Amino acid sequence: MTATTPVVRGRPQTARSIARARRRAALAAFWRGYRADREGMIGLIVLVLFAVVALAAPVLADADGLSVTKATGPVLASPSLSYPFGTDDAGRSVLTLVIWGSQISLLVGLAATFISMVIGTLVGIASGHFRGLGGGLLGRLTEWFLVIPFLPLAIVLATVFPPDVPKIIAVIIVIGVTSWSGTARLIRAQTMSIEERPYLERARALGGGHWHQMSRHVLPNVMPLVLANTTLTVSIAILAETTLSFLGLGDPLRISWGKILDDAYSGAVISTRSWWWVLFPGLAVVLVVRAFNMCGRAMERILDPRLRERA
Amino acid sequence: MTSVATGGGPRVRPRKLPLFYVLRKTLAAFLTLLFVVVINFFLFRVLPGDPAKAFSPRGRNADPTRLAEIRRDLGLGLPWHEQFWAYLKNLATFDLGESWGQHAPVTRIIGERFWPTVLLSGTALLLAAGIGMWLGVRAGWRHGSRLDRMSSSAAVTLYSTPEWLLGLVLLIVFSDLGLFPSGGMRDPRSTLPAVLDIAWHMTVPVIVLGLVYIAEYSLIMRSSMLDERYADYLTTARAKGLRDDQVRRRHALPNALLPSTTLFFLSLGFVVSGAITVETVFSWPGLGLLTYDALRGPDVPLLQGLFLTFSAGVILMNLIADLLYPFIDPRVRLS
Repeated sequence: MTATTPVVRGRPQTARSIARARRRAALAAFWRGYRADREGMIGLIVLVLFAVVALAAPVLADADGLSVTKATGPVLASPSLSYPFGTDDAGRSVLTLVIWGSQISLLVGLAATFISMVIGTLVGIASGHFRGLGGGLLGRLTEWFLVIPFLPLAIVLATVFPPDVPKIIAVIIVIGVTSWSGTARLIRAQTMSIEERPYLERARALGGGHWHQMSRHVLPNVMPLVLANTTLTVSIAILAETTLSFLGLGDPLRISWGKILDDAYSGAVISTRSWWWVLFPGLAVVLVVRAFNMCGRAMERILDPRLRERA
Repeated sequence: MTSVATGGGPRVRPRKLPLFYVLRKTLAAFLTLLFVVVINFFLFRVLPGDPAKAFSPRGRNADPTRLAEIRRDLGLGLPWHEQFWAYLKNLATFDLGESWGQHAPVTRIIGERFWPTVLLSGTALLLAAGIGMWLGVRAGWRHGSRLDRMSSSAAVTLYSTPEWLLGLVLLIVFSDLGLFPSGGMRDPRSTLPAVLDIAWHMTVPVIVLGLVYIAEYSLIMRSSMLDERYADYLTTARAKGLRDDQVRRRHALPNALLPSTTLFFLSLGFVVSGAITVETVFSWPGLGLLTYDALRGPDVPLLQGLFLTFSAGVILMNLIADLLYPFIDPRVRLS
């Protein structure tokens, strides 16, 4: 490792600058590996495209097209040149809905993932680090949340959530609070294996406290795993948002992909056979979730030496 | 019994489960269930604000008699430990209260809807476990082959699709063709025997659930197989001169099956989500559709009962898996 550490000219090398240089080198190596992974790159390109669409929504489609009263199109028209994705039962262009829906779906997915990762990482590191009652209890809590079926728990939480909180925030919190256990289990196992390594013994021997050990030694080492897991969690969170919206637990005032699909389901999409109303928002969900899955799998392949191929 | 726990030499296969192991696993399952009960109780009562107002059908302007009724049902007004004790006592006698929407005991309503769900999800699950494992083993063994690339790619796509979305699409396609009924479990006008009629109604929902579960299980099995692929004992088996598929079936598969078994049972929570949404799409009269209907109210006692039922089911299945595990894997025993 020291051989590859670049010498910082003019400044004395501190522990921090060495660590930073080493991390930069590791990141560059990771990116080289990632760029060579075809599946991962395809996923990344799809995600960038969707991110651009979500950010450029005001430019791509007029927000007036979201309003039921201001809609100008024909009712339930099949895809045509002026309405490439067809229209819904209020005459709104499904394309406009899908473009604007990407904002809410991605926002909810990312925000819920953030909550989930913070809880999962904290609980995972703490339960792996602390031996004894506290760590044991956190480990138990993780196992409990792993076993309890996700959707019924999310339904119960969404039902009892205080009604004064904006629905969209409620959905984000509900998904975040119910989906952290897989991450926590992974991080816990990784933390336990890191705790056995000599540099942690050294840190303990030099008098480093729990916080120092966890934040300076364990966290940087579990971080790559956390990041790979994040992309997989985003896909779960986006699926959860769609499903909760479909069950009528989403934000009724904001258009997300799940909301479009729920409207279609309750708006007699089956009897009128307006397949475009389901197909296009559905494809958007599947594409984005699959792209996140592809990126996550690629990152796992690069980070997990067992998958890095002897073949 | 206890002598078994300390006796058994390394080569003796466990015929009886060590009592201590059974007790430990049962206690763990019981604690998990207790945790669910605690969540179930406190979530509905100890939230800020007046729960009665939050749950009453017309929100803040509900009529006072209805509010009083809800407060009585939830046992509000009593100190919380007395409420919790009363709740536990009722639970011990399987009394889950009275449904607000249907004015019948929650236990009876859930009991009526229980078997349709077991029938639908169970059929899909058994089919999917078989097919998924078969696919996963072959894909993992020939990592990077055409079968592997195609089946993994299809599995990841299905895994990225909400079950109910797939159901909705198939429902539109099949209702266009008029081949299968668009929902429900039986048709009162049908002249078919009851079993055939139910099977006919089940076909599309089972295909939908089955496809999604196959995706999940084949991916689990594939990754277990990948983990075993370069194990030393396989080199030994090959060195003995066994043919490739003998090595796969007799040596790699039994070992890859072990981590998969745990994951199969852990993924049952995922099966519950599928049941709730797919039953809704196909109006299948099971617990899932009941959940969807209970959400409309919301019918709080019914929702509580359903959450408890789903969780208890998954916990019980996991316990069974834990108890069966020593029989599948002779290495897992006492500890």
